[in-house]
Amino acid sequence: MEQNSTDWSKIARNPKFKELRRRKEKFLFGWWIISAVIFVIFLVVANLGRKVYGWCVIGDINLGYLLVLALFVYCWFIAGYYASWANRFSDKMTADLVEDLKEGGINK
Amino acid sequence: MKGRFVILAVILALLAPSIALLPAQALAAGSDSYIAQAVVAQTAKSAAPAVPAKIAADKRITITMFCIFIAITLGIVYWASKRTTSTGAFYAASSSITGVQNGWAMAGDFMSAASFLGVSGLISLFGWDGMMYCIGTSFAYVTLLLIMAEPCRNVGKYTVGDILSFRAKPAPVRATMALAAVLLSIMYLIVQMVGGGKLIELLLGVPYTWSVILVGVLMLIYAVAGGMLATTWVQIIKAGLLMGGGFLLFILMAAHFGFNPLRFFSEVVSSPKIQSWVQIALLKQPVAQPGFEYGRRFLEPGLLQTNVWDQVSLGIGSFLLGVAGMPHILMRFFTVPDAKAARKSIVVAMILIGLFFVMVTLFGLGAAVIVSPQAIVAVDKGGNMANLLMAELLGANVSPLFGDIFFAFLCSVAFATILAVVAGLVLAAAGAIGHDIWISIIRKGKATQREQVMAARIAALIVGVVAILISLMSQNINVAHLATLAFAIAASGVVPAVVFSLFWRKMTTAGICATLLVGTVVSLVLVLVSPNMTYPKIVAQGAQTQITSLEKKQAAGQTLTEKETGDLAKAKQVYEANKDGKSIMGLDRPWFPLRNPGIVSAPIGWLVAIIFSLLFPNKREEEKFDEMYVRQTTGMGIDELIKT
Repeated sequence: MEQNSTDWSKIARNPKFKELRRRKEKFLFGWWIISAVIFVIFLVVANLGRKVYGWCVIGDINLGYLLVLALFVYCWFIAGYYASWANRFSDKMTADLVEDLKEGGINK
Repeated sequence: MKGRFVILAVILALLAPSIALLPAQALAAGSDSYIAQAVVAQTAKSAAPAVPAKIAADKRITITMFCIFIAITLGIVYWASKRTTSTGAFYAASSSITGVQNGWAMAGDFMSAASFLGVSGLISLFGWDGMMYCIGTSFAYVTLLLIMAEPCRNVGKYTVGDILSFRAKPAPVRATMALAAVLLSIMYLIVQMVGGGKLIELLLGVPYTWSVILVGVLMLIYAVAGGMLATTWVQIIKAGLLMGGGFLLFILMAAHFGFNPLRFFSEVVSSPKIQSWVQIALLKQPVAQPGFEYGRRFLEPGLLQTNVWDQVSLGIGSFLLGVAGMPHILMRFFTVPDAKAARKSIVVAMILIGLFFVMVTLFGLGAAVIVSPQAIVAVDKGGNMANLLMAELLGANVSPLFGDIFFAFLCSVAFATILAVVAGLVLAAAGAIGHDIWISIIRKGKATQREQVMAARIAALIVGVVAILISLMSQNINVAHLATLAFAIAASGVVPAVVFSLFWRKMTTAGICATLLVGTVVSLVLVLVSPNMTYPKIVAQGAQTQITSLEKKQAAGQTLTEKETGDLAKAKQVYEANKDGKSIMGLDRPWFPLRNPGIVSAPIGWLVAIIFSLLFPNKREEEKFDEMYVRQTTGMGIDELIKT
């Protein structure tokens, strides 16, 4: 594959590529913003609502500690969810697109 | 070849114990370890039955374990150095690391001495607030997973400079990025080396200077001879050992509380030592408030971080954005062959990091119950020994020999951890100097493989030696704020430069250089005028208060105890030394109120990137965006990146 002769703008205009980009951006930036908001709210409430976090839920285990655990679980969830989403959708779409480009000649 | 390596490793491992005996005897003459003395002194004073009087670790066991670890890693370096003949091998382990392996290595970068010892120490002293660091690290990986991992793998070769110069003008972009990368890496390197030096001083009783030299020399051997391949494998092995050791400690601790989480937490809440620690040392209430549950207070936020803005600034600046801009982390993506493997490594790292940090939160609380915060600060003011003290106590309950071995094992893992992290940092800085500045700018990319590898090795050597020298001079300087500064620079300079280059068509050379420079300068200035610095007049004020209260007591006719007389003399000395002083910037008091500048510096850095790109547009760079966009999404053309 000669790099210089590849018409990248043409690929960038390819509807399949655009669709892949759109879905990726929606997923990735969307979940990043949700995560960031959750994290910041968690910190702000920790600071301003000490009494809330001090509420004992089970025995002497308080809400504050349970939230810490919940956030670890949330991070695992994001890791697992993204991995499965990418395996199911974006990897396939990418492979499909690259296959298309090869078949049609990269400059077509 | 393989046979030779095995033989070498075996010989070194066998030699280790006999080598270990030499210094051990010399050290043993100074009676038991410092830790044991301090703990014994503490228990003698408070006469608490919970801590047994003799928990002296046998130093010979510790040193033997150190030597075995060093021998094994040197074996790896020897093996890796045979394979490190090309530039790709030196900087990126020839992109031959698998996703799972790289996941362990990436987790290893954050399962450091600072987290295993430092963060559990913070939790053991400040309760809930220390856990913020554990959660923060997990969220840092969310950014790496969703934004950085795959695009960086798809367009980068050896350094962050490669990503930025993809469509921008190579020379200015590489030069500024290299400057930022070297600055960041050296700052973080100094934090790790000074911390590591002090830790080894505490663990082995070796003087600080020799500890730093020991760490520094091994770091240089790993990085210069073994390159990325050796550094990655040392990191993987260490992460495995730390995970294993941590799990064993976790089981021992859980057994201590009858495997009952409810009992664990009720013992935290009802521990009289924790209660008095919270009341007297943290909340500074000499007389207990009736009905106030100091034990429960330990599990609530706000004992360490009191300013909500500082808290948010730390969260966003250091964790959410900062980690994602550290060159030694981004560099790990170049060691795997494709985007899928890069994704897999982050997923594996996130699982490991999460498991590890859940254990760390419990270690901190457990150490507070089993060892007590008072005994922990008596050994080390920062609380770094909390975990190790607990390990030794719990191990000794099984059998004294097991306690010694377990303690020694965890000490060597802590040592291993420092070495693995610093070697990675040296490589990141070496990439910036050797690849970005020397080969790409000065030699304009026209250099043979031999010259490139030589340049990389010399750059690593220079960076390492500079870091060792600065660390040797920084023994009595508080370097912790350098880490804050490094993360702030990453969040306000490197991350906007990389993210906009990858995702925003209109990003140009001017934007990249401006955000890197402004992000660095703003972060630096804000930290220099922040409460992180020492303000002599504030120190003098504190001393003055102490003097007044003690003199008042004297004037009232009470005789001061021996300790109080000593305190008074000391306070007077401190007052005299500081009353006319100014901070490093010539200030009487901090001008910027937050310890973490991220919340101000990051928006400035990101805005500057946008403004300068719009002010200085570049048509050619905009046109080349399509190529970068397609490549970062699909990974097309990655073969050429990896092969050469």
